[in-house]
Amino acid sequence: MLEKAFLIPLYPLFAFVVIVFFTRWKERLSSYISIAMVTVGLVHSLVVLIQMIARHGMPLELSRTFIDLPEIHLELGIWIDPLTAVMLMVVTIVSGCVQVYSLGYMHNDPRWSRYYSYLSLFTFSMLGLVVANNFFMIFIFWELVGLTSYLLIGFWFEKKSASDAGKKAFITTRIGDLGFIVGLLILMAYAGTFNYQEIFAKVTGGEVDAGIVALAGIFVFCGAVGKSAQFPLHVWLPDAMEGPTPVSALIHAATMVAAGVYLVARAMTLFAGSEVSSMVVAIIGLTTSLLAATMALTQNDIKRVLAYSTVSQLGYMVMALGLYGVDFARAMAHHGANFAEHFHSPGFYAGTFHLMTHAFFKALLFLGAGSVIHAVHTNDIRDMGGLARKMGITSITFFIASLSISGIFPLSGFWSKDEIVATSAGHPLFFVLTLLIAFMTAFYMFRLCFMTFTGQPRDQERFDHAHESPHSMTVPLMVLAFLSIFAGWTGLPWLKHNFATFVYHHEPYHAHANYLLMLVSTVVALSGIGLAYLMYYRGAISPAAIGERVRLLYRLSFNKFYFDEIYEVIVVKATLGLAAVLWWFDARIIDGLVNLAGWFTVKWADAKQLFDTYVVDGAVNGIGYVCLAGAWILRLVQSGSVQLYTLVVIAAAIGIVIYRVTPGGFLYYLAGLLLVALARLLTKMLASDRVKAEPKIEG
Amino acid sequence: MYQYLALAAILFAIGVFGVLTRRNAIGILMSLELMFNAANINLVAFNKFITPDGLTGQIFAIFVVVVAAAEAVVGLAIVLLLYRNWKGIDVDHINIMKW
Repeated sequence: MLEKAFLIPLYPLFAFVVIVFFTRWKERLSSYISIAMVTVGLVHSLVVLIQMIARHGMPLELSRTFIDLPEIHLELGIWIDPLTAVMLMVVTIVSGCVQVYSLGYMHNDPRWSRYYSYLSLFTFSMLGLVVANNFFMIFIFWELVGLTSYLLIGFWFEKKSASDAGKKAFITTRIGDLGFIVGLLILMAYAGTFNYQEIFAKVTGGEVDAGIVALAGIFVFCGAVGKSAQFPLHVWLPDAMEGPTPVSALIHAATMVAAGVYLVARAMTLFAGSEVSSMVVAIIGLTTSLLAATMALTQNDIKRVLAYSTVSQLGYMVMALGLYGVDFARAMAHHGANFAEHFHSPGFYAGTFHLMTHAFFKALLFLGAGSVIHAVHTNDIRDMGGLARKMGITSITFFIASLSISGIFPLSGFWSKDEIVATSAGHPLFFVLTLLIAFMTAFYMFRLCFMTFTGQPRDQERFDHAHESPHSMTVPLMVLAFLSIFAGWTGLPWLKHNFATFVYHHEPYHAHANYLLMLVSTVVALSGIGLAYLMYYRGAISPAAIGERVRLLYRLSFNKFYFDEIYEVIVVKATLGLAAVLWWFDARIIDGLVNLAGWFTVKWADAKQLFDTYVVDGAVNGIGYVCLAGAWILRLVQSGSVQLYTLVVIAAAIGIVIYRVTPGGFLYYLAGLLLVALARLLTKMLASDRVKAEPKIEG
Repeated sequence: MYQYLALAAILFAIGVFGVLTRRNAIGILMSLELMFNAANINLVAFNKFITPDGLTGQIFAIFVVVVAAAEAVVGLAIVLLLYRNWKGIDVDHINIMKW
C-alpha cells in the first residue's frame, strides 16, 4: 500500500471528475461519492501511516519523468516520509469530518453538487501538495489549492462580500506565490533540480553558496507567508470567513493554511543552513502570532475570532520552525561537523506537532461555530449567550477545543504548545512574547466560550429558535473532540517512541518532560481563562471599563491595526492610480499612435488607388484600345469577298516569280500594286458617294 | 511547242482575269473552265514534245476534264443555292463572311 500512496490524492480527484461529469444532477449521490472517496483516502492514509511506523520512518520515493529538457528535468513523483504520512492523516480526517458535517450544514443549498466537487478538488490539491517529491510539483498543487480556496471562499458569490473575499484571498496569496516561484527559480538555477532530496543533498554538501540558500529560503518562505496568512499578508484570512463555515474549517484548520507551515517544515534544510533566513522566519512568525492574538481579543464575530486565532497559531508554528533553524545554524557554526551531539531543539517537532493538533481542535472550533451559527443565524457573539442549555454536544465539544487550544493539561494542545514554549525558552524575547500570546489565546477563546454558551441570552428571539444540530453535524464534532483530546498523546514525553522520534528533521529528537515549563505554561493559560471568567462570566471586571482605560490599544485591536485601511491606501489606491495613468497612456499615446498609423495607411492607400486607376489601369486599357484600333484597321481586309482574296494570292504569286527573276523589279511591282490599290480605293469611294446620292432600289 | 505554251498561258491569264473580275457566279465558273483547259493544253503539249512515248499527259488531261465536270456540277449546285437564298448570283453581294 505504501507504493500505491500516489492513489491517495487521486481518490478525491476521481470524485471530482465523477461529480462534475456524471452526477451533477443527483445531488445526494454527489455528496456520498465525495465522502466515500475521502474515506477511502483516509483508510489508505492510515495504512500508509502504519506501514511507515513499521519501517521506522524510512522514507520512500517513487518518481517518473514528466518533462525532460536539456537543462531541466521535471518529474512527477511521491515522497513518503513520516511528515507526509502524518499530514495525509490530518488532511483526510479533517476533510472527511467537514464533508460529513456539510451534509447537515449545507442542506437545501442550491449548488450542493458543485460544493462537493469543490471540496473534492480541494482535498485532491492538498493531498497532492503533501505527497509531492519536488518543488515543481508542490508549486502546481500549491496553485491548485489557491484556486480551489478562491472557489470555496467565494462559494456564495451572490454576496458581494463573499466574492470580494475570494478575490482578496486569491490575489493576496498570489503576491506570496510570486516570491515562491522566484525562490524556486533560484534553486533551479543554482542546484539544477527541483527534487527535494537532490537539492537538500547539494545544500548540506555545500555545493550551493550559503548566501544563495538563504536568499532562496527567504523567497520560498514568501509563498508560505501568503498561504499561511503570515504578517504582512495575513489580511485575506479573516475576510475569507465569508465562505461557508465548513469551508473555513477545512481551509483554515487543516489544509490551505497548513500548506505554508508544511512547506517550511519540508524545506527546513534550506532554512537550517542559514541563521539569517531562519531568523526572518521566526520573527515573521512571532509578529504574526502577536498581532493576530491582539486582534482576536476584541472581535465580536465568532468566526473572525477563530480566524485571528488561526493566524496566531500558524504564527506560532512558523516561529517554532524558524527558531529550530536558528538553533540549528548556531549549533553548526559553533561545533562544526559533529554538532548534532550539542544540538537539542524541539522546534521542528513542536511546529509539526502543533500543526497536527491545531488542525483537529481548530477544525472542531470552526465546525462548532458553524453549528452555533446554524442554530442562531448570526455571527455576532453579542447576540448569543446561554446556548449551552440548548446545544449540549456543540457546547461541550467547543469547550474541549477551547481548553485544548489554550493548552490545558492533558489535552492535545497542551503537549504541542508546551513544546513551542520549550523551543522559545532559549531566546528570552521570544519566550516572553510566546507566553504572552498563550495568555491572550486562553483569554480570547474563553471570552468567546463564555459569551456564546453561558450567561443569559442577550437575544431572546434567537435563543428561542436555537436547537441542537442534526447528527451529521454533531458526529464530526465528537470525532474531532476525541482527537483534540488524544491526538496530542502521541507526543507524550515519557514514551520511548513518540511523535518526536517519528517526525524529525535532522536527528530524532528525544523529548524529555520539563516540569517547570509545563507548570509555567499551565499557569499562564489558567490565568488567561481566569481573567475571561472574571470579565465575561462573573462580570466582576467590566470589559467596557478596561476598553475605555486603554482606549488607543482597544481601537487598534478592534480595527485590526488598520491593516486593511493601510493596504487600501498603499496598495489598492496606488495600483488603481498606476492603472489610471497607464490607461491614460494607453488611450492617448498608444491609441493615438495606432490611429495615426491607421490614418497614414488610409491616405497612402488613397494615393496608391490613384496610381492604380490612372497608371496601371490606364496601361491595361491602353493596350486594349491599341488592340481594338488595330483590329478596326485590320478587319477591313476581311471583306468576305473571295475574289479579293484570290486576287491577293495571285498578286503574291506573281510577286514571288518577279522577285526570283529580278529582285530589283520587285519594288516596282509592289509600287505598281499599291498604285492600283489606291486607284481602286478611290473609285470605290466615288462609287459609294454615288450610291448615297441615288437611293438603292431593293428587289 | 512554244505556240502551245503561249496559247495556254494566254488562256490561263484570261481565266484568271475572268475569275477575278466577273460578278456573275456562272461567269466565274466558266473562267475556271478556261484555266483548267489551259492546264490541259500544257499537259498534252508536254506529253507530245517531251515524252512522246507515254500517254501519261493525255490521260491526265482526261482526268482533269472528268474532275472539271464534277466540279462544274458542284459549282452549279452552289450557284443554284445562292440564287435561292439571295435571289441573285452577283458575288459582290454575297459577303456574309465579311468581318
